[in-house]
Amino acid sequence: MTVYFTREHEWIRIEGDTATIGISEHAQESLGDIVFAEVPEAGRKLNKGQEAAVVESVKAASDVYSPAAGEVTEGNQAVADDPALINRDPEGEGWFFKLRLDNSSDVEGLMDEASYREWVKTL
Amino acid sequence: MSKEVHYGPTDETQARGEPFSGDPQGGAGLEQPPLQKLPLDEWHRGQGGRMVPFAGYEMPVQYEGIMAEHLWVRENAGLFDVSHMGQILFHGANVDAALETLLPAELKLLGDMRLRYSMLLAEDGTIIDDLMATRRGDQFYIVVNGATKQGDLEVFEALLPRTTVVDHMREQALLALQGPKAAEVLEAIAPGVSELGFMQGAPFRAVGHPVWISRSGYTGEDGFEISIPSVAVQQLADWLVGDERVKPIGLGARDSLRLEAGLPLYGHDIDRTTTPVMAGLTFAIGKRRREEGGFPGFTRIREEMLNGPAQKRVGFDVDGRQPVREGALVLDGEGNEVGRITSGGFSPSLQRPIVMGYVASHLAEVGTSLKLGQRGKLFDARVAPLPFVPHRYHRKGANA
Repeated sequence: MTVYFTREHEWIRIEGDTATIGISEHAQESLGDIVFAEVPEAGRKLNKGQEAAVVESVKAASDVYSPAAGEVTEGNQAVADDPALINRDPEGEGWFFKLRLDNSSDVEGLMDEASYREWVKTL
Repeated sequence: MSKEVHYGPTDETQARGEPFSGDPQGGAGLEQPPLQKLPLDEWHRGQGGRMVPFAGYEMPVQYEGIMAEHLWVRENAGLFDVSHMGQILFHGANVDAALETLLPAELKLLGDMRLRYSMLLAEDGTIIDDLMATRRGDQFYIVVNGATKQGDLEVFEALLPRTTVVDHMREQALLALQGPKAAEVLEAIAPGVSELGFMQGAPFRAVGHPVWISRSGYTGEDGFEISIPSVAVQQLADWLVGDERVKPIGLGARDSLRLEAGLPLYGHDIDRTTTPVMAGLTFAIGKRRREEGGFPGFTRIREEMLNGPAQKRVGFDVDGRQPVREGALVLDGEGNEVGRITSGGFSPSLQRPIVMGYVASHLAEVGTSLKLGQRGKLFDARVAPLPFVPHRYHRKGANA
C-alpha cells in the first residue's frame, strides 16, 4: 500500500489495482470550514486529471481532480452527508472516492508522502 | 484540487484575489502596488490571524475559523479591525448643505451625535460608495469603505465648495465590537456607552486617549464602532480580547454576518450599475430630499421611485446544501436570464446556503420560484425576505 500526492493537494492510496482518493491535510486547512462535498457515483469513468468531485468551504469552491484514470467503484456517502468529516480526518475517513485503476503507471511522477510534506512546507 | 476563493469581504470591493499557493497561474503577470499594513498588523499575526490581501491592505480573513467566529459574534462579542476604512472629517460654513449636494440623506435636520446611513451618488444615480455620516457639533464625521476611499476623497475635493474642509483622518484606527455582549464589555472601559441608542455616537476616553464611539456596525447585532488614535489601538485591542467574552473576528465572518443581516456590500451588491432604488435603500433618501432633490441622479431616482426600477435587490433561499455565489445567473422557468447573484454563501447560523442578488422587478415578489445557474448546474430557489437572520439592534425604548 502506497500513498502519492499531487501538486493540487489530492492524495491517492494504491492497493493492488484499486485506489482511494481524497484531499490533503494542507488542502482542508487551506479551505477552512467545509460545508459541501459532491462525490462521483459508482460506475463513472474518469480520465487522469479529470474533475471528479466538488468541495466547498464557507469561502471557497474547489474541484477535486482524479490523479489517475479508472472506473469509480464507490463515492464516500459519509462526506456528502457530513462534509465537516473532511476537515476532521482528510487523509482517513474523509476520503472522496475509490477507483479501479486502468493503468497503475498513472501515479508515476506523483510525489511520495515525504516529498509532499516537505514541498508543502515551502508554500 | 482547484481553488476559487470567495472572501467577498465585508464592506468593499475586493481589490485583488489571493493566489492559491501551489497554483502556478496564481496572480501571475499582475503588477500590483505593495500592500499597506494596518496599525494592528503584528497584533493580528500574534492572534493567529491568516492575512490576505484586501482593499490594498493585508487583513485577517480568519483566526480560528469562519464558522466558529461567526457564531461567537451572534452569541458573545467579536472584535473587528476596520482601520482600512476611510475616516473623514468635514467642516466649514454650511457643511450640512454642502454634503447634501452629494448625498441624498436629510443632513440639515440630523441631530447632533446622530448617525445616518447614506450613499455618495453619481450623476446617473448609481452608487459611488455607501457610508455612515455623523453630525459632531458643527462638523460631519463620515466613514467610507476602504477600497473606495481614495476615489471618494477625490470626488469630495472636486465637488464640494471651497468653504468645506475635507480632513482625511489618517492617524485614526477604527475597531468594531459587535454582538449581544458588546455593551456590557465596553461599558467597563468606556462608562456610559450603554446609554447610547442605535445610530448614536459620543466622545469618550479609553486607555488614556480620546475616542469616538458610536452604536452601529454591519453585522445585524448590537454593537459599537470605536475611532481611536492608531498609537493607542493596540492597547485597546489587548484590553478588549483580555475579556473572555471577546474574540478577534476576521473578514470572512464579517462577510457572512452581514449577508445573513441582508446588508449590501459595496463593490458586490451595490456599485456603479445600481441605484439606491434598485438596491432597496430608499429609506436612506430623506423625505424632504425626495421632494426637493438637489443631489446627483435625482431625475433617475425620482423616476424609479414613481414607476419602479427595472430590477430589485432580493434574497433567495436555495434548495440543497451547495453554496451559490456571486456571479451565478438568475433564470426564469424558460431559462431566460432575469438577474444575477451579487453575494452568496453558506449561512453559519442557518446551516444552509443564502444568496442575494438582483432580479427583474416583476419577479421580485417573495416566494417567486426561480432557478440559479452556476458552473453549468441549476439550483431551485425562491425569492426570500431580507434579512435572513433578524436584526438585534439596540433601539432606545425597544429594549430593556
